[in-house]
Amino acid sequence: MIEIESLRIELPGFVMKDVELSIQDGEFFTLLGPTGAGKTLVLESIAGVTPITSGRIWVKGRDITHLPPEQRGIGIVYQDYALFPHLSVLENITYGLRYHKADPQESRKWVSALIEQLGLEPIVKRSVRYLSGGEKQRVSIARALAVNPSVLLLDEPLSALDPNFREDIRDVLKRLHQEVKITFLMVTHDFADMLFLAQRTAILNRGKIEQVGSVSDVFERPATPFVADFLGMKNVFPATFEGARAIVDGLKLRLETPPGDCKGHVAIRSEDIIIRKDRISENGMSVIQGKIAEIVDRGLFHEVSVNTGKVVFRSTLSKRDLFSLKLSEKKDVYIAIRSSDIHAL
Amino acid sequence: MKIKKRIDPFFWIAIFSTVTVVVFILFPLIEMVVQPSFQDLKETIQDPDVVRSIWLSIYTSGLAGLISFIIGTPFAYLLARKDFFGKKLVESIIDLPIMIPHPVVGIAILGLAGKNHWLGNLMQQVGIQIMGTVTGIVTVLTFVGLPFYVNTVKTGFETIPVRLENVSRSLGASLTKTFFRVTFPLAWRAMLVGIIMCCARAISEFGAIVIVAYHPMIAPVMIYERFTAYGLKYSQPVAVWLIAVCLVLFFLLRIISLQKETEA
Repeated sequence: MIEIESLRIELPGFVMKDVELSIQDGEFFTLLGPTGAGKTLVLESIAGVTPITSGRIWVKGRDITHLPPEQRGIGIVYQDYALFPHLSVLENITYGLRYHKADPQESRKWVSALIEQLGLEPIVKRSVRYLSGGEKQRVSIARALAVNPSVLLLDEPLSALDPNFREDIRDVLKRLHQEVKITFLMVTHDFADMLFLAQRTAILNRGKIEQVGSVSDVFERPATPFVADFLGMKNVFPATFEGARAIVDGLKLRLETPPGDCKGHVAIRSEDIIIRKDRISENGMSVIQGKIAEIVDRGLFHEVSVNTGKVVFRSTLSKRDLFSLKLSEKKDVYIAIRSSDIHAL
Repeated sequence: MKIKKRIDPFFWIAIFSTVTVVVFILFPLIEMVVQPSFQDLKETIQDPDVVRSIWLSIYTSGLAGLISFIIGTPFAYLLARKDFFGKKLVESIIDLPIMIPHPVVGIAILGLAGKNHWLGNLMQQVGIQIMGTVTGIVTVLTFVGLPFYVNTVKTGFETIPVRLENVSRSLGASLTKTFFRVTFPLAWRAMLVGIIMCCARAISEFGAIVIVAYHPMIAPVMIYERFTAYGLKYSQPVAVWLIAVCLVLFFLLRIISLQKETEA
């Protein structure tokens, strides 16, 4: 288990404050956030390579706050692989073995198992300089796991890879995590990676944690407008709440359950906004009349903005739906939203 | 149809300046090398005093390079890796020997080594003599060569991603072991280049040496003495031999450092 208590890191022009995190043994946890949110700083402070200003870090009940990196038993995988360029693939993978008091036969078995699992047998003798990005990342994962760390930290491990390698390494990470039963803590700015890999996640913004929870929880029920926006909700509006109703600029929207506060935000995914030509109301749906303000071709889908007078809703439509509805700019339409798709924040 | 390429005037300016610089540097040197007759050169190299002074120049410069390597490497590492209060000041201090006029360097060192100074007094008690000794020559050459070593190696360390060291430590290697297993194997070429730079600077030192140790005579001092005593004709052959020996040595060192680069 990783426990982070009141972590604070001060750098020129950046402060990371009040980071509290608790990550379970064997969990796949992601730190999600935009560039400059401080995700990598949290990771490096756990690894012990970034000095912290205050706070405490425990791993498996051991206070590691003041331990040097080599005594923490924490592996790290970087976006740019950080392979030792003067060593071969095998020398990279076995680099750390001599510092760990494991039975040599056991560790040799473990390393060959890793090499096999990651499909590295054909290249073990090669220099790491001429490997593809995907191969390099496999080597760096094998190197970190070879010493059997209690935690594996992954700093944007997929960001520098070509799309075809990305998926491959993503699968590798998922499979490895299930097999090795080590806690994986991954930093990413891509919520698709989070959805595919993680069980729980923390969303960071400007040096602060905005929300912590299970992936489905965070995805379904973002706690703040930032999280909603970051997770791809294109419609986030300030609102007041009256019972199970949200009022956005005079528009009344039905909610599934009454929120606790009387003021806040509502967030709606663009794919949850249904566009219709007729006013057909179903139970539990809010139907609003509007005019199509803009249709933007996004390649695989179209983004349609509907102006309802004061509020502009953004919806995404497939090409087929767009043509079958015969939509064009300035046309009158109705938008329908299920109450369960309106998230009160 | 032939397309006529228009050449920017800046191209001609660049060509002109390149030719000017190359001729400016090479012409005097080439003239000096070709002026002495073969007979002069032969006689000069048979003179044991000349051989002794060239050898003295080379090995005192080599020692300055070695000392810079030993005391300069950890310092360069610190400058490359750590930010600390007053770092800019320390960096300017290391550049001071480059800016100070050479005789001033000599005077400064002599001021410390004299009997009137407690340090000079202490050194004489333990038998270290600076004035007119090889120790003095090596001290001066290290003083003037060290900045070249430190700056070159610092740049070399900076090109090694700190993440490599982070990973090494996360795998269980201490700071020292990380230095010897990761940083040093990746930086040794920069160190070799640093030593070459330091030696090159040291071998050309004259101004500080004439003040601290006119004798035993290193090659630049001998060239100067022969020039003042006998004139151009007698100083040129010594200079030619010094240049020839240095060229060969630096060329060999360069080959060693470049060979590995293409290999890796």
